[in-house]
Amino acid sequence: MLTVILTLAIIAGVFGLLLAWSAIRFKVEGDPIVDQIDALLPQTQCGQCTYPGCRPYAEAIAKGEADINQCPPGGEATILALADLLGVEPKPLNAEHGEEKHLPTVVRIDENVCIGCTLCIQACPVDAIIGAAKQMHTVVESECTGCNLCIPPCPVDCIHIVEVKPTVRTWTAELPDPGPVAPHAV
Amino acid sequence: MTEYALILLGTVLVNNFVLVKFLGLCPFMGVSRKLETAIGMALATTFVLTLSSVSAYLVNEYILAPLGLEYMRTIMFILVIAVVVQFTEMVVHKTSPLLYNILGIFLPLITTNCAVLGVALLNVQEKHGFLQSLFYGFGAAVGFSLVLILFSALRERIIVADVPEAFQGTSIALITAGIMSLAFMGFAGLIKV
Repeated sequence: MLTVILTLAIIAGVFGLLLAWSAIRFKVEGDPIVDQIDALLPQTQCGQCTYPGCRPYAEAIAKGEADINQCPPGGEATILALADLLGVEPKPLNAEHGEEKHLPTVVRIDENVCIGCTLCIQACPVDAIIGAAKQMHTVVESECTGCNLCIPPCPVDCIHIVEVKPTVRTWTAELPDPGPVAPHAV
Repeated sequence: MTEYALILLGTVLVNNFVLVKFLGLCPFMGVSRKLETAIGMALATTFVLTLSSVSAYLVNEYILAPLGLEYMRTIMFILVIAVVVQFTEMVVHKTSPLLYNILGIFLPLITTNCAVLGVALLNVQEKHGFLQSLFYGFGAAVGFSLVLILFSALRERIIVADVPEAFQGTSIALITAGIMSLAFMGFAGLIKV
């Protein structure tokens, strides 16, 4: 009995060490450009670029399969950053994929209406919705990326988009309005 | 030499693991929808099956038998196969990105291929030596590959054929597999008893 336990434990340990060693020895560095692109994307995992998430979109950009203007949550800032990184001309956001939002939004569940069907939980790419079957669900606002993927599956339409009001900590001065062209320039 | 040729012939045709022994049916049905994936799976399986057959033999001969722990064979072989597959995946990923792209996701899938465990256990049952185990594993893998590739080519044609509604999908695939199995039973006539 003891021999069995010892042998199995020793062999399993040796195999474990072997695998751990080979994991270090045969480590494969991922494509660094993919990591850099991925770091610039907003990580909303919303899928509006038609790829399943930000990482696959980054891989597609690196391979040259996707254009840099397919990310509505990132908007113009992301396109500019990507163009800068990849050394290509920036271009306007492709309207096919959606419009850029100027204020960040999150979703909120109307908890009086929610029937606890869990469909929105399955749709959420960042696991920001908590709840169980036939129990009320709620959105963890600090985790919500505002991708709105949970809205279509909801059978009772109890999920609403809420703009995030800037707080004292998150408020930034707005850029000055360029306004009408000054008369002396004409 | 004849002995090894006989083992190869026996495992590839006469005692084909999929169609005669009914092992490894899940990848046989699961990845045979397209010829390309079938070829990838066949290559990966050939690789792992040969390797794990040999390493299972070594573990059995030099660790389990001297300690008198033959009854722990099954769990030990599962462990060995899992490690071999994992290790192979890492080495292939590092050394040959091209091969990794071809084999890709199929490598880890093979861990759950019952033909791999079946070959390891049958080696022990039939008291095969080192080289015999090697050829037995390789032959089983070639047999598996042959059948998988043939079957996937058949299925690609069946998809465009006019199949009666009740037989469409899995049922026609299973019927085809059954007829293939019948055909392979015919190879039993190769050996004169």
